[in-house]
Amino acid sequence: MDAIKGRIIFINGPVVKAENADSFKMREMVQIGRRKLIGEVISIENDIATIQVYEETTGLECGEEVISTGKPLSVKLGPGIIGNIFDGIERPLLKLYETGTAFIPEGIGMLSIDQDKLWEVNITVKIGDQLEPGSIYAEVRESSLIVHKLMVPPNQRGKVVFTEKLGSYNIEHTVVTLNDGADFYELKLYQEWPVRIPRPAAKRKPIQQPLITGQRVIDTFFPIAKGGTAAIPGGFGTGKTITQHQLAKWSDADIIVYVGCGERGNEITEVLEDFPEIVDPKSGKSLMERTVLIANTSNMPVAAREASIYTGITIAEYYRDMGYDIAIMADSTSRWAEALREISGRLEEMPAEEGYPAYLPSRLAQFYERAAEVVALSGQEGSVTIIGAVSPAGGDFSEPVTQNTKRVVSSFLALDKNLAYSRHYPAINWLNSYSGYIADLRDWYSDNVAPEMLELRVKLLKLLQEENKLLEIVKLVGEDILPDDQRLILEIARVIKNGYLQQNAYHKDDANVSLVKQYRMLKVIDRLFERAMEAVKNGVPIATVKGNDLFYKITTMKYNVPEDRLDILDALINEIDSFYDSLKCRYGKGECKL
Amino acid sequence: MKIKYLKLDKVEGPLIVLSGVKHAAYDEIVDIEVGSGQHKKGRVVQIDRDKVVIQVFESTAGMALNNTSVAFTGRPMQIPLSKGILGRVFNGIGEAIDGAGFYSDCKYEIVGRPINPVGRKYPRDYIQTGVSSIDGLTTLIRGQKLPIFSGDGLPHNELAAQIVKQAKLSKRGKADSKEDNFAIVFAAMGIKHDEAEFFKKQFEAAGVLNRVVMYLNLADEPIVERITTPRCALTAAEHLAFEHDMHILVIMTNMTSYCEALREISSAREEVPSRKGYPGYLYSDLASLYERAGMTKTSKGSITQIPILTMPNDDIAHPVPDLTGFITEGQIILSRELYQRNINPPINVLPSLSRLMKDGIGEGFTREDHPDVANQTFSSYSHVKEVRALAQVIGEDDISELDKKYMEFGRQFEQRLVSQGFEVNRSIEQTLDMMWQLLTYLPKEELNRLKPELTEKYYKG
Ligand SMILES: Nc1ncnc2c1ncn2[C@@H]1O[C@H](COP(=O)(O)OP(=O)(O)O)[C@@H](O)[C@H]1O
Ligand SMILES: [Mg+2]
Repeated sequence: MDAIKGRIIFINGPVVKAENADSFKMREMVQIGRRKLIGEVISIENDIATIQVYEETTGLECGEEVISTGKPLSVKLGPGIIGNIFDGIERPLLKLYETGTAFIPEGIGMLSIDQDKLWEVNITVKIGDQLEPGSIYAEVRESSLIVHKLMVPPNQRGKVVFTEKLGSYNIEHTVVTLNDGADFYELKLYQEWPVRIPRPAAKRKPIQQPLITGQRVIDTFFPIAKGGTAAIPGGFGTGKTITQHQLAKWSDADIIVYVGCGERGNEITEVLEDFPEIVDPKSGKSLMERTVLIANTSNMPVAAREASIYTGITIAEYYRDMGYDIAIMADSTSRWAEALREISGRLEEMPAEEGYPAYLPSRLAQFYERAAEVVALSGQEGSVTIIGAVSPAGGDFSEPVTQNTKRVVSSFLALDKNLAYSRHYPAINWLNSYSGYIADLRDWYSDNVAPEMLELRVKLLKLLQEENKLLEIVKLVGEDILPDDQRLILEIARVIKNGYLQQNAYHKDDANVSLVKQYRMLKVIDRLFERAMEAVKNGVPIATVKGNDLFYKITTMKYNVPEDRLDILDALINEIDSFYDSLKCRYGKGECKL
Repeated sequence: MKIKYLKLDKVEGPLIVLSGVKHAAYDEIVDIEVGSGQHKKGRVVQIDRDKVVIQVFESTAGMALNNTSVAFTGRPMQIPLSKGILGRVFNGIGEAIDGAGFYSDCKYEIVGRPINPVGRKYPRDYIQTGVSSIDGLTTLIRGQKLPIFSGDGLPHNELAAQIVKQAKLSKRGKADSKEDNFAIVFAAMGIKHDEAEFFKKQFEAAGVLNRVVMYLNLADEPIVERITTPRCALTAAEHLAFEHDMHILVIMTNMTSYCEALREISSAREEVPSRKGYPGYLYSDLASLYERAGMTKTSKGSITQIPILTMPNDDIAHPVPDLTGFITEGQIILSRELYQRNINPPINVLPSLSRLMKDGIGEGFTREDHPDVANQTFSSYSHVKEVRALAQVIGEDDISELDKKYMEFGRQFEQRLVSQGFEVNRSIEQTLDMMWQLLTYLPKEELNRLKPELTEKYYKG
């Protein structure tokens, strides 16, 4: 069949229109003009197709051809993705750099994962086996951490009629052939999948385990679940990107898909320079061995920015289907929404709120809906967790992207400008953040950390809320006037804020903290609170209750306790006990142990 | 030579429309002849079949539907460049305006290509500006884009000039750098003549005039050229940095005027507006400028940007500062309140931020204690603000002893560290030592952002 050809009749930035296009299909990928720019059909009216172009349209002329490709915008899924970096439509940035320029050249065409690289293939089926959609037919070691499982695409099945012999092959090589009685299917080392369509799974599972992030304020107070969704909204400079980087570094996912969507080039470069050097505490391997980067920075074409988060989520789903837990970070979903707005504006569509198109809420919902823990078609169990940064204009959470995101995500980690100004990082506000997963995760915490953990969580959160009320009074009358028990609450809240919620991303013992250590730190703070309160109730003045440097010691314990020396925390508890025991003696109330 | 089109359909604001055009290319430059012999340039911004919308540089004044002819050049806007631009002055479309011509065989498209993130080198070398609140708390890194958020009437020009005069742009003593491998590219968009003069004088006083390239589009000059001015400047900067391995400091002022020009043109094109009438693509447009800062793996040079913008109504949530802050690697914010109290440079350190600072300070860069002492200073000074609010309500006499210490710390911090004037040049060691001295106004137990071993070593309270 000959490719259908249209002719350009209209050009405005990333939007072009072509006539003679009545047999183009919606969402079909097309090639535009002499330079064969890549584009996607986004509407068809009579014989005129409107196309968003993924590359710069400078130099394009009316009358140039638009050629159909017959398939929707798709990505190639196969070995060569892990450890790599792609633009918004899966073109390999590393490879482009290797052509000798630091800049992105024009007219790149349809490059994707490496076609020449040889992979040692271990075929796991034999002739005569009946394979179903999702069945695994071969394995490839893709990185030191990831075994890549090749799966029959969701729309194919049949008996194995051919298997290639052991050896190393490039991704275009057919290694298994199926026959379903009518058709033959040649299975290579990759499959293609249209990015806007979720990959099917056998079954969605209920949420049951946390994504452990090593970040105290998240794991203890506002947990994210594997297969769940989280949003990190915040004005500029409040810490969205660093938080995303922290999650990418320390989360206990098997694979990280990091989508730099319309943000800074240097932030991607930073990941590229840092991650290979960072050793994953679980596996002892470099973090890059489990990371995929999708980078469509703010100065790259805006339509490809719109596509980038779909490219990311499709890659995530593909690895999920192999049985891995994936965490995908999108920084920032607001830039994606703005790309939608920009293109919608060029189409002169009727805007809804703040110029965003009316379909913004449904697009957001559809995207977050792709997070799930599933039983895949292959029978493997895997999950995709989505963590999206949101960049509200003016830092005002009432704007449409934040509001519509809030409606569809379950963990909401609200970043706070004032905390950021005082360099309280992560600047996650404990009063207006929330996690909808507490009930789902209760059993997990109870079985895997301690039954008490979530109780301590509630207790300390209450203290912080109490502090907030007291601070309203302090603003008017000062702290000195408050009774000692209330002053103690302020003091303890300070310990929680400075010693627990605040976490230094750049300190070796503080950047990443295990759940066990989190729990034991909570216990120390709780013991301090209980014993100090007891002393206050017994009439010991607050200045004495604070001890010389006991509070200081506990506030800075995060810097002094490596993961393999948690016994130091027990020593701290002993220190608390003996200090307050001695106070008891001095103030002569209760029995004296000394 | 391509065909000339002799008749326009429409002239409106900065735009002209003509029809019957064959083979116009998107974004290409056209040559417009008005009356007999007056030439202007324009750019194709939309093509609808044979109808072409052109944005005219300079003004459309004097154009009539039948006195104007248009010739298409077939290529996007380019400017000639060579190392010879040093010391020269150009207008917003890259034509020399200092009395001499300028020729070069090498022509560059001013839109530029995006830097591949893989081709970038992450900036890690700090630039000592001699300004304590910057060096200590908002450290500038070579290759960074760090704007000044100012307000009308605040001394942003003085601060920028101080940075130009004091900044150690080239690394002395390193094998790969000679003393003459730095230059300043100055892009003026919509500023007044006397502001441009001020900068010229300052460059002269600093003895760097022959290392400055200027692209000027002053307040009374055509607004369409305001859009090309920073692009010409950045193309020049890229040429010097990435082809001649030079360290370039780009000052772009005033970004607010730039954005207003963009808004004006967008509204003439009847585009759908987003916030405050600015076009929906303002973010992408600004990013296409700011992201041209940085370093690459393929050259030794660097482009450091200090864009200056005035916040309308001192409102940081206004789209221009807001979108800028989302793209740039931090911001230096000037405060009217400090300025009125005669504290200069009036840098409000709390909302100011240098995002690249974390990787360019500390051991091996500035000094081991820098990250912690900066962090502690931010934290303590932000508490000062709370204490001041309280003192206003209950009176300074009635606040606690500890809070009084905070009040004193705040005063000293502003008077000594921030208020250094526009002439004083401090070394990074002086700045850091002063920060420790200031912290001694507070008891040690309050200093919980410091690693205990650093307190041990530097806190002499
Ligand atoms: N967890 C953290 N630890 C230390 N510094 C942080 C942390 N989070 C943010 N910061 C500081 O704040 C700056 C801005 O953070 P970033 O994540 O880039 O903000 P955003 O993406 O919200 O604009 C960083 O450059 C860093 O200096
Ligand atoms: Mg960010």
